[in-house]
Amino acid sequence: MGTFIVRRLIATVFLLIIVSMVTFAIFFWLPKLGGQTTYGLATQYVGRNPTREAVLQVEQQLGLNRPLYLQYWHYLSAIVVGEHYNAGPVTAYCPPPCFGYSFKSQQPVWPQMVSDIPVTLSLAIGASILWLIGGISIGVLSALKRGTIFDRFSMGVALAGVSLPIFFTGLIALELFSYRWPIFPNVTYVPFTQNPYLWAKNLVLPWVCLAFLYAALYARLTRAGMLETMSEDYIRTARAKGLQERTVIVKHGLRAALTPIITIFGMDLGLLLGGAILTEVTFSLHGLGLFTIEAVQNQDFPEIMGVVMLASFFIIIANLFVDILYAYVDPRVRH
Amino acid sequence: MAEGESPAQGSRAGGRPSRLRARDRRGPAPEVQATDGAVGESSPSAMLDIRDLRIHFPTDDGLVKAVDGLSFVLDRRRTLGIVGESGSGKSVTSLGILGLYNTGNARMSGKIYLDGEDLVAADQARVRELRGSKMAMIFQDPLSSLHPYYTIGNQIAEAYLIHNKVSKKAARAHAVDMLKRVGIPQAASRIDDYPHQFSGGMRQRAMIAMALSCDPELLIADEPTTALDVTVQAQILDLISDLQQEYDSAVIIITHDLGVVAELADDILVMYAGRMAEYGRSEDIFLHPGHPYTWGLLGSMPRLDRTRMDRLLSIRGTPPSLINVPAGCPFNPRCDYASRTNGRSEKEVPALRQVGPGHLVACHLSTDEQRRIWAERDKVAS
Repeated sequence: MGTFIVRRLIATVFLLIIVSMVTFAIFFWLPKLGGQTTYGLATQYVGRNPTREAVLQVEQQLGLNRPLYLQYWHYLSAIVVGEHYNAGPVTAYCPPPCFGYSFKSQQPVWPQMVSDIPVTLSLAIGASILWLIGGISIGVLSALKRGTIFDRFSMGVALAGVSLPIFFTGLIALELFSYRWPIFPNVTYVPFTQNPYLWAKNLVLPWVCLAFLYAALYARLTRAGMLETMSEDYIRTARAKGLQERTVIVKHGLRAALTPIITIFGMDLGLLLGGAILTEVTFSLHGLGLFTIEAVQNQDFPEIMGVVMLASFFIIIANLFVDILYAYVDPRVRH
Repeated sequence: MAEGESPAQGSRAGGRPSRLRARDRRGPAPEVQATDGAVGESSPSAMLDIRDLRIHFPTDDGLVKAVDGLSFVLDRRRTLGIVGESGSGKSVTSLGILGLYNTGNARMSGKIYLDGEDLVAADQARVRELRGSKMAMIFQDPLSSLHPYYTIGNQIAEAYLIHNKVSKKAARAHAVDMLKRVGIPQAASRIDDYPHQFSGGMRQRAMIAMALSCDPELLIADEPTTALDVTVQAQILDLISDLQQEYDSAVIIITHDLGVVAELADDILVMYAGRMAEYGRSEDIFLHPGHPYTWGLLGSMPRLDRTRMDRLLSIRGTPPSLINVPAGCPFNPRCDYASRTNGRSEKEVPALRQVGPGHLVACHLSTDEQRRIWAERDKVAS
């Protein structure tokens, strides 16, 4: 197991390097192929009515006039060892992990991203707990009561949940529970360390809306998995032993049905940690999702690069966890 | 009689009884109800006493009569072989005895007396209590019948834990003990293996260990050797018969393989379309079978002591649909001798008739006719 994890971590580093190369190429190399000049690029970051001198100065400052491979190398090395930036009269030191300075705000990228992580993390973790509990229990009940009104109703709702986008359910939820009946009047992020109660209360609406979307999918997956495992021979064996039906369902049925769900959960969670863009925009929560949107709107390449790298990191790590968990859950993978 | 001589506790404490002893052990002819469906009011004293058992499943296509009026008695220390083609109701009968059809949409009627207690009328919780402790089952395919995510030891201990108030540690020790008893080498270390790490034969041994972990008085083995190599089959059959001696249990072996019942069974029940076609001691069934269906089954079994024929005799046609069972004798469309009954085969359901001591046949042919036809067939075959 130890060597497996080490091997996977090394692979993770290589994967991240490839991701960085691809993103770097997309934002710095592809536009050049399309005829964009460094001067043109630098012009965007100067402001209104740029003078030639100002543009050239910015070009120099941002290092855009250096060859691409050098720019890329500096980008990578800054992440590992940090970088001294020549910002006019003074030299600024950007400690590792340094993802460069924002082209627009001139602020280092990493601290900005870090300050947005707790919002996204709170959103993703809270919602995932809700959708796991809700989705799996509805899925199990649906499978056990297959063909009944409960089954049809919950699967119908699940279908709606899968199909309705968050900017629809989110706005309806806001209209109903924030304005008409102000049970959750503000959806603003309060740090958990500052006030756990407000943290949870303000996040209820986004959690529920996000969880609804995913719970629907998980309910359908769980139902299908349970229907399959409950007809397996080993379930008959479990019953023949004289186990309580509850034990048969949970210990023997659900245990086996959950395995594929773990895989999907890992990917979903990893993806969400990179920013629940639609949810954050709908509820104006400043997490990594909004950070990404703003970075793209501003064409702020260091910010875009940074958030892509961070999101890839989350996805890769989430998958690593899934693989490790999988080996614990399914003994056949281990041997 | 050999049966009387083998003391209940003696064999458990002593060495492993040999298979020869098991085979020599031929008790007296079993007592059975002589007429079809006649439910006697006498209080049941046998280990298992089934009276007019019916298990029906309503489906969209119609009512599936998987078991339709089955009665038989099985005493302790005896082995009953239930044979028949696929869909004759063998497995449904066994799962019905265990009470695994009490839920859902199955309709069960009749009586299943287990040691005097009627399981059909008993409530679910009571049947569940008995399941796994007083009656246990060995299933056909040990790989799919064992849970892939739990260790062998865990699965054996689980059965023991729910029926006995013991610690987990004691249950684990018991599981090791059971694995040893079914002949798994290095049981103490293999107990933490998962089913996929066992070979097919070892998995079936583990299944047997699991079934026997609570000393069941009734053991049902549903095709216990079908999924195994021929060499392993013999070992498993030996094991079942040895353990039966050790535990003094009654055993039902369900199979379509007459070789298996010849090896193990004291009595044989031939099922056809959810009903009893023939019932008797093994010798009677093999030497003087009375039902044309039994003749067909015996004829389709390869035998080395007979001249080799171009091909094995097969029974023509296919087993009937259990929704539309043929009127009259259910076997009549496939029977070569139906024409000899003056049309009764197509109209009347044949009643079980005693043709010898403890030997019942459900056939319209007279006993003399049955003997004559079997003698002819036997002569032709040899």
